[in-house]
Amino acid sequence: MLEHRDDQGAKLGMWLFLFTELLLFGMLFVVYAVYRSMHPEAFRIAGEELDVVIGTINTVILLISSMTVAMSITAIQKGDKKRALQLLGITLLIAIVFLVNKYFEWGAKFEYGFYPGAGELAELGYGTILFFGLYFFMTGLHALHILIGIGLFIYVIAQVRKDRIHQEDYIWLENTGLYWHLVDLIWIFLFPLFYLIH
Amino acid sequence: MSEEKTHIVPYKTQVAVVAVLLVLTAVTVAVTRLEFGTLNTLVAMLIAGIKAVIVMAWYMHLKYEKALLPMLVTGVIIVFLLVLFVTFFDYSYR
Repeated sequence: MLEHRDDQGAKLGMWLFLFTELLLFGMLFVVYAVYRSMHPEAFRIAGEELDVVIGTINTVILLISSMTVAMSITAIQKGDKKRALQLLGITLLIAIVFLVNKYFEWGAKFEYGFYPGAGELAELGYGTILFFGLYFFMTGLHALHILIGIGLFIYVIAQVRKDRIHQEDYIWLENTGLYWHLVDLIWIFLFPLFYLIH
Repeated sequence: MSEEKTHIVPYKTQVAVVAVLLVLTAVTVAVTRLEFGTLNTLVAMLIAGIKAVIVMAWYMHLKYEKALLPMLVTGVIIVFLLVLFVTFFDYSYR
């Protein structure tokens, strides 16, 4: 029994979706760039409130998770199911740790009374409100993407265990990998723009 | 569904890539601790751009895909840069 599959088509479809994601976050970066150019001092000072250590840790682990998901594809291609599952497990773990870190980071902001657009934040200057508005929105949207990624990995791990994703058919894994690399790419730009530029 | 044997990226390559990415991350953090003013942003964005190209080429497999895909990706990036440019152009003349 021959099923019709079009892996190249599936991959192209995934890339087309990724283009919409690139433009979605890209446009937010444009908003950031314009508001930054209008309030350079406020953005500079507000940026110092963010924790570079947590930001760097999150950057490092996310980069490593891109490696582990890429390696899991190699493993599946070689028919090494056990290794693929180990690598996917690590990827999933890193995704969860990232969100836990984000929870602590945002928690600290809420402690000062900084809520998106409200609380103590509302008393401060316009530039500062814009910076934090963009910070909460963009890192929040990114975190939502991480959460979706977690869902995808749980599904993919289950499929690999049931041998529904295997050496001859792993497009689901490849496409999930592509999605995850995109999440990493977005963070690669978010991190310096919010945490590092002073 | 018949295709030539798919290219398998070796584990070693994937590890080497993350090593490079981590080094570039360290460089970005280090450079931005020093005060270069507006140059900071430029350098940080440049390094981020290089990291992005590396992730796309090796992890997202663009280096090994048929020409259409890298061309489309390049096209989308150009569209984005144009929007950025035109937006700034607009704002500077308001």
